[in-house]
Amino acid sequence: MTTNGNGLRWVGKRPVRPDGVDKVTGRAQFGADFTLPGMIVGKVLRSPHAHANIRSIKTEKAQALPGVKAVITAADFPELPSEIEQAGEVVLNFRDMSRNVMARQKALYDGHAVAAVAATSIEIAERALDLIEVDYEVLPHVIDVVEAMEADAPLLHDDLYTMGVEPTPDKPSNVAKRVEFSIGDLNAGFEMAEVVVEREFTTKPVHQGYIEPHAAVASASEDGLCHIWCTTQGQFMVRYYVSRLLGLEVSKLRVTPSEIGGGFGGKTVVYLEPVALALSMKCHRPVKMVMSREEVFRASGPTSGAHVWVKMGATKDGRITAGEAVLKYQAGAVPGAPIGPGCMCAFAPYDLDNVKVVGFDVVTNRPKVAAYRAPGAPISEFGVESVVDELAKKLGMDAIAFREKNAAREGTHAAYGPTFGEIGYTETLRVAKEHPHYQAPLGPNQGRGVASGFWFNIGGASTAALNVNEDGTTTLISGCPDIGGSRASLSMMAAEVLGIDVEQVRPTIADTGSIGYSFLTGGSRVTFATGMAVIEAANDVVRQLRERAAKIWEIDVEAVVWENGEAKPSGSNAGDFEPLSLSSIAATAGKTGGPITGHVSLNAQGAGPAFGTHICDVEVDRETGRVTVLRYTAIQDAGKAIHPSYVEGQIQGGAVQGIGWALNEEYIYDEDGRLENPGFLDYRIPVASDVPMIDAVIVEVPNPKHPYGVRGVGEVPICPPMSAVANAVANATGLRMADLPISPPKLLAAITNGG
Amino acid sequence: MVKTHVNMTVNGEAVEFLCETKATLLDVLRDELDLTGSKEGCSSGDCGACSVILDDRLVCACLVLGAEADGGNVETIEGMADADQLHPLQQKFLEEAALQCGICTPGFLVAAKALLERNSNPTETEVRYWLAGNLCRCTGYDKIVRAVMDTAEEMKGVSK
Ligand code: FES
Ligand code: FES
Repeated sequence: MTTNGNGLRWVGKRPVRPDGVDKVTGRAQFGADFTLPGMIVGKVLRSPHAHANIRSIKTEKAQALPGVKAVITAADFPELPSEIEQAGEVVLNFRDMSRNVMARQKALYDGHAVAAVAATSIEIAERALDLIEVDYEVLPHVIDVVEAMEADAPLLHDDLYTMGVEPTPDKPSNVAKRVEFSIGDLNAGFEMAEVVVEREFTTKPVHQGYIEPHAAVASASEDGLCHIWCTTQGQFMVRYYVSRLLGLEVSKLRVTPSEIGGGFGGKTVVYLEPVALALSMKCHRPVKMVMSREEVFRASGPTSGAHVWVKMGATKDGRITAGEAVLKYQAGAVPGAPIGPGCMCAFAPYDLDNVKVVGFDVVTNRPKVAAYRAPGAPISEFGVESVVDELAKKLGMDAIAFREKNAAREGTHAAYGPTFGEIGYTETLRVAKEHPHYQAPLGPNQGRGVASGFWFNIGGASTAALNVNEDGTTTLISGCPDIGGSRASLSMMAAEVLGIDVEQVRPTIADTGSIGYSFLTGGSRVTFATGMAVIEAANDVVRQLRERAAKIWEIDVEAVVWENGEAKPSGSNAGDFEPLSLSSIAATAGKTGGPITGHVSLNAQGAGPAFGTHICDVEVDRETGRVTVLRYTAIQDAGKAIHPSYVEGQIQGGAVQGIGWALNEEYIYDEDGRLENPGFLDYRIPVASDVPMIDAVIVEVPNPKHPYGVRGVGEVPICPPMSAVANAVANATGLRMADLPISPPKLLAAITNGG
Repeated sequence: MVKTHVNMTVNGEAVEFLCETKATLLDVLRDELDLTGSKEGCSSGDCGACSVILDDRLVCACLVLGAEADGGNVETIEGMADADQLHPLQQKFLEEAALQCGICTPGFLVAAKALLERNSNPTETEVRYWLAGNLCRCTGYDKIVRAVMDTAEEMKGVSK
C-alpha cells in the first residue's frame, strides 16, 4: 500500500472521479434531460418593459386555446408579508422572492415573469403566451446604481425605507440598506499617511454564465403531494423556498436534484421551480420548464454592478495607515445585493488599524442579483487591490513586497470582526515572489500585474450517511449537489478513514426524502462541511466494525484497532486473532447485530479563511485597445487539497471567469432599459483561444478545524483577476483603468486621450 | 403541422421518424431519439454543447434542421466509446480531470475527436482555436487543452 508520506493513502491523490464515465459518455442526466410520462411543457410570459404598472392581465383567450392545460399569474401565488428572515448565511424576504418569481402589480425589469402557461406542446404554449393580454402602464426606469440613489430617481418600491440609518428616513427610496464596518480612528490614520491614493471605480453586472440553463420538472398529485426534479445547488433550498412561496407543508414536497451543469452561485435561488409546480397544481400533469439562454440572461441573477470609492494612505516606509471605502451595489429589482460580504472582504487581506467601509444595497430595474462566486468580494477587492498597486508604485516598492509588509497574519484583527487563526496569505505572497513567472522578462507593450484575494469560506449544516453493503463495499449518501467533483473528494475522505480502496465507496447525492437536511452547495463549503460529516460517519462505521470484531473474538472493543481496512487485536495482550477485513465483517453483520451504517448530521464550524495571489502578464495592442493575457499564475492556500486536480480546476476556472469580468463581460441596456446582449454571441465569455494555460499553484496551510486541514477553494480564485489584469494594463500602458470591463473601445479611447 | 419523413444513421444505427419542420437536429436527437448526451446551452450556435458530427463535418446540432439531416450519418457522444472501451479522449478527460460540472464535456469530446481526425499533431494554439466554438465556464480550458494534446501524443504512439 502506498501512502503520501504523511500516512495518507487517498487524500492528496488524483483518482478518477466516481461520476466520470457517465459524464464523458453522455449518460449523466442534467436538468433538461429528465422526462416523465404524461409530461407537458411550461413557458413564461416576460415583461418587455424595464418598469411598468400591470393594470390587468387577461388570460381567457390563452386558457381557451386547445392544448392549454393551465395558465397562472401572481394571483395564483399566496400574497406574502414582507418579513426579513435569516436562514443560515442568507437573508430572505419571501415577499420579495415571490415578486421576483412572478411580478405582482408591477414589472420591475425587462424579462420579469408576469404569467406562465402549461400546454401539450411548446408551439401551443408559445401561441398561448401571445394570447395573454397584459395592460402595462410604462413607468420611468433606472438602471445605473448612482442614478438610482438620487433623490428624484424613479422609485421601484414605494414602501422601501433605508435600513441602517438613524433615524429611519421618512421617505421611501431605492436604497434598501446602509451598512458600515469600522475599526480604529480613520482621521488619525490618514494623518499619519505620507502618501494617499483615492480613486473611483465602476464594475458591470456579470452573469455566472453556467452553460446549463435553468430547468425543472414539477408534478403535483391530486392528494397534494408534490415532487420537483431540477438543476440546483441545493435541493433542500428548493424545498424550503418553494413550500414557502406556495404555502405548502415541507413534508409534502420532495425535491430531487439532477446533475448540475454549473452554478457558481446562480443556482442558489428558485425561478422556474415554483412556477412549474404552480402550473402542475392546477392541471395535475407533470410540467417541464427549461429556460432559453435569452431567458437566463434576462431573468436570472447576474452579480451586482457597482460604484466603488477607495482611499488608502501609507507611510514612506510602506506601512498602510488607513483604508476607507464606499461601496454602492446594485441589487436588481428587489433588495439583496451582496453588500455585507463586499464590505467585509474589502480590506481583509491587510493588517490595518484604521478602516471604515460603508456599503449601500440599491434596487434598480434589472434582474435581481444572485450569488456569484465569493458574492460581493471581487467588486470591493478590485478597488482595493488597484489602489494598493498604485500606492506601491508611488512608494517605489515592489507590489509583492508592499503586500507582504501589510499582510494579514495569524493574530491579525480583521476590520470585519474576527481575529485570524492560521492563515496562508503570506505563504501565497512568498510563493508568488519566488515563482519563475514573477522574474520572467517582458516585451514592449507588455505589463505584469499582481493582485490578491480573500474569502471567508463557510461551513453550515450537512448530513452524510455511509452504509456498509453485504460484500464490504460501501454507499456514501450526501445531500449536496456535486458541481465540480465533490463526490470524488467525499469518497476519498471516506476511503481514507475506512482504509479501503476508493473504488469501494460509491457516492450518491440523495433527494430531500432520502437524507437529512443539508445546506446548499456554495460558499466553498461542501468538501469542508459535508466532508466533516462524511469523516464522522466513517469514524462511526469504524467504531461499529471494531465492536463487531470484538464480539466475534469475544474480547473487549478497546482491544480492537482498525488499520488499513481491517480489524486487528491491539497488541499481543489482546489475543491472537487473524485480522478481519471489512468484507468479512460485512458478510456476517446479520449475525453480529444487523446492518452497519453511519449517519451524521452536523453544523460545521471553523471554515478556514482562504487567500490567493495572482500574477498576470498582458500585452496591449495600441492600435485596437485589445488586451491579450499572455501568462497567468494563480497561487492559493487550499488548506489541504483532497483531490488536487479539482482544486486546480477551481482555481483555473475562477481565474478565467475573472479575466472575462475584467476584459469583456457586461450587461448592455438600451435607453428603454431593455437588455441588448442576452446571448453568448454578444455577452462574450472567454473561449479557449482567449486565454493561456493557467498555472495553478496550491499552497497548503492546514485549517486546524478540519481533520485533514481543508479550507474551501471555489470562491477566492475569482477575487484577484480583475485587479491583476488592470494592474498589468497599468504597467503596460501607464493608464489606470478603473472602469470594467477593460474592453478594446474603452482602452483605445484612454490610449488616444492620454497614453 | 406537416411532418417530414426522415431517415438517417445515428451512431451506426438506422433510424426513421417523422420530423416537424421547425425541429432542429438537436431537438430530434434529444426529444425524438432520447439521445440526451448532446446538450443545449444556447440554441444559437454559440456554445458548442450540442456538437455532433454530421457526414464527417463537425456541426452545432442546434443549427441544423432535423429534416436537413435526412439521409445523413450522425455521430454523437453516445457513439464515441467502442463497446466497453472508452475513446482515448474520454479516458484522458477522466484521468486529467478535464471536466468539472460536465455539461460542456460531450460537446468538447465530439469537437476534439473531429480535430484529431484531421490533425493528429495539433499545437496548443491549434487546439485552442479549434475548440473556440465550445464554451466551458468551469475549467478555464487549461485541463481540456492539455487532455486533447496528451491524447494526440498518446494516439501517435499507438499508431506508430
Ligand atoms: S446549443 Fe448549439 S451551440 Fe449552443
Ligand atoms: S465543465 Fe462545466 S462548463 Fe465545462
